[in-house]
Amino acid sequence: MTLLLRGGRVVDPAREVDAEMDVLVEGDRIAALGADLEAPEGAEVVDADGKVVTPGLIDIHVHLREPGQEYKESIESGARAAAAGGFTAVACMANTVPVNDNRSVTEHIVKEAAKHPYARVYPVGAVSKGLAGEELAEIADMVSAGIVAVSDDGLPVWDSELMRRALQYVQHFDIPLVQHAQDLSLTRGGVMHEGIWSTRLGLPGMPGAGEDVMVARDLALVEDTGGRYHVQHLSTARSLELVRRAKAEGLPVTCEVTPHHLLLTDEEVALSGFSTHTKMSPPLRSESDRQALLAGLADGTVDAIASDHAPHHPDEKALQFSEAPFGVVGLETTVSLCLDRLVRPGVISLERLVALLASEPARLMGLPGGSLEPGGPADITVLDLDAEVVIEPADFRSKARNTPFGGWELVGAPVLTVVAGVVQRPSEWAAA
Amino acid sequence: MSETVWERKDLLGIAELEPAEIGLILDTAESFREVAERPIKKVPTLRGKTVVNLFFEPSTRTRSSFEIAEKRLSADGLNFSTSGSSLVKGENLIDTAMNLQAMAPDLIVIRHQHPGVPHMLARRLEAGVINAGDGAHEHPTQALLDAFTIRAHKGRLEGLDVAIVGDIEHSRVVRSNIHLLTKMGATVTVAGLRTMMPIGVESLGVRVVHRLEEAVADADVVMMLRVQKERLGGGKLFPSDDEYFQLFGLTRRHLQAAKPDTLVMHPGPMNRGVEIASDVADGPQSVILEQVANGVAVRMAILYLLSGAQREAA
Repeated sequence: MTLLLRGGRVVDPAREVDAEMDVLVEGDRIAALGADLEAPEGAEVVDADGKVVTPGLIDIHVHLREPGQEYKESIESGARAAAAGGFTAVACMANTVPVNDNRSVTEHIVKEAAKHPYARVYPVGAVSKGLAGEELAEIADMVSAGIVAVSDDGLPVWDSELMRRALQYVQHFDIPLVQHAQDLSLTRGGVMHEGIWSTRLGLPGMPGAGEDVMVARDLALVEDTGGRYHVQHLSTARSLELVRRAKAEGLPVTCEVTPHHLLLTDEEVALSGFSTHTKMSPPLRSESDRQALLAGLADGTVDAIASDHAPHHPDEKALQFSEAPFGVVGLETTVSLCLDRLVRPGVISLERLVALLASEPARLMGLPGGSLEPGGPADITVLDLDAEVVIEPADFRSKARNTPFGGWELVGAPVLTVVAGVVQRPSEWAAA
Repeated sequence: MSETVWERKDLLGIAELEPAEIGLILDTAESFREVAERPIKKVPTLRGKTVVNLFFEPSTRTRSSFEIAEKRLSADGLNFSTSGSSLVKGENLIDTAMNLQAMAPDLIVIRHQHPGVPHMLARRLEAGVINAGDGAHEHPTQALLDAFTIRAHKGRLEGLDVAIVGDIEHSRVVRSNIHLLTKMGATVTVAGLRTMMPIGVESLGVRVVHRLEEAVADADVVMMLRVQKERLGGGKLFPSDDEYFQLFGLTRRHLQAAKPDTLVMHPGPMNRGVEIASDVADGPQSVILEQVANGVAVRMAILYLLSGAQREAA
């Protein structure tokens, strides 16, 4: 099978390319890039005139809920949501039921993902057995079955000794240890950021220090062990500063931020009238935290934007604020939010956005793709920077609807993706 | 009498009220105050109206106060509390509310341990919703009865210095009182242990002090808050009742150093010997039982206004 994407503006930060070019795909590989490429006989031609062609976007932090909670999301619906959102690959967290802490669960995910190739699905294994934070999971076994990183996400690796050993152990496999940084003794019982809005609303707070304390501890252990360490959904100014300094010292540290932490603050809980779609962990932070994250995007401290796509059933999110589960979905909103709220106002360049969503995530998790290099995998995203969209949760391909961004009017959207040389057209699929 | 007409379906908090609306409730309560002094303590104002008292958290005082207010207005009241309700069976809160709605009540009084629950229900229910306390968020009827009591003694709210002392972090009473008193032109000082002082409370327009003596010094009113032992996390906020009393318990010694006509208030129930000494609670400056009496009149006024009876009469 041959595919020619014709006339698009190719933005490929890993190769420092930003030019109008055609992209030729043969089979599941990129064959060539260049001006006015000849379409081979029988090739499918996609007109990308006026569009932007990028390496396939990668969301390194999603929850697909399979196995065990398919009423929230499944690998199939999650992979479709990824495609609809412009992503060609996702990394799914281990807090499924049962937990992905052993080879058989990893194999199940890999096998299911192969049946639904709308996007590549890379499993992340648990650090500890049962996410209990006590004993190491069988990481070598899971690596051979296909995990790309380890994380107890949803929970921190809390025990300092386990963290130290895990940072040593993962070096045998050259994978990062991915941390949900939260000191539970500071955040337990909290349901939103501790600040003037939790004070006004009388809701139990989660202080920013709950994250900072854990990042600081972890960085000391990274310095001692040399293990690769990635901070998930980093949300505070002080944690960002800790990462910035650690990077300056040359430590093997990376971090991601989410669109909701970049675009919303704790005030949203009040403005929305206690909407449970503003409840997630870590919580929406203060405006000064938000500004620090935006600065971190621009100055390179932040390595990736990831959605922390956390689907929940509407009945679960219909509970009162304090009782509803944490989490919001993001696969189908991230790209438009970033194009409209980060690139259009000039917070970051389009090239930087593609780095944050493709080349850097690929690099930090050691994934294939992330660039449009000839010979590399034919994973491609096409964006329309002028498309006007309204976020309509009812149209999501995800099974879940829990987004704080419903009704937002945005400019810029994904048009299609190519996964392993196959064009995905989510607009032809019905909403879940 | 105020010329304001009540337009809101619900009374969810003081934060969203205009000063004129607060004034209207207080003025309306004045006219209901004398009902309690009649030999037959009942008026026909809300005859044929149904009020549901939906209490998800134990409450004796507030619930009794609403019940008496409803009876004195001739409304039909229904009590619905967690014990024996479908909530213990795990029914979703919204389902419970929709079931009640199906019985077409006119007003629902709700108390819940979690902030925002009355707001969530108010959006879905046709009935008017009265917040009788939502977690540590708001307790608007308490703040209104406190204001009524202060006004009855001082003749005004504007220009008064009010000190609110105690567990500021876990108190819904303090949040509603701060909103109400600052809107009406009083100056509010909050005082308490640093471990029980919510972050950024100054942003609500109050002065923060950490010594009881300092809080009481120039106060026209001292409002003591209950130490909510059930909300405190296992000895991490203060080590013992005795030590709390040493630091923040109101005693005669404090009052002797204050203005002679300082009012002493407490929303109840009191922990005698923890936040307040018995001789102060029962002393001449205490208006604690008056607060309770006024609560009925204020709640009658709120039920009356939310029922639409004022609009219909206008």
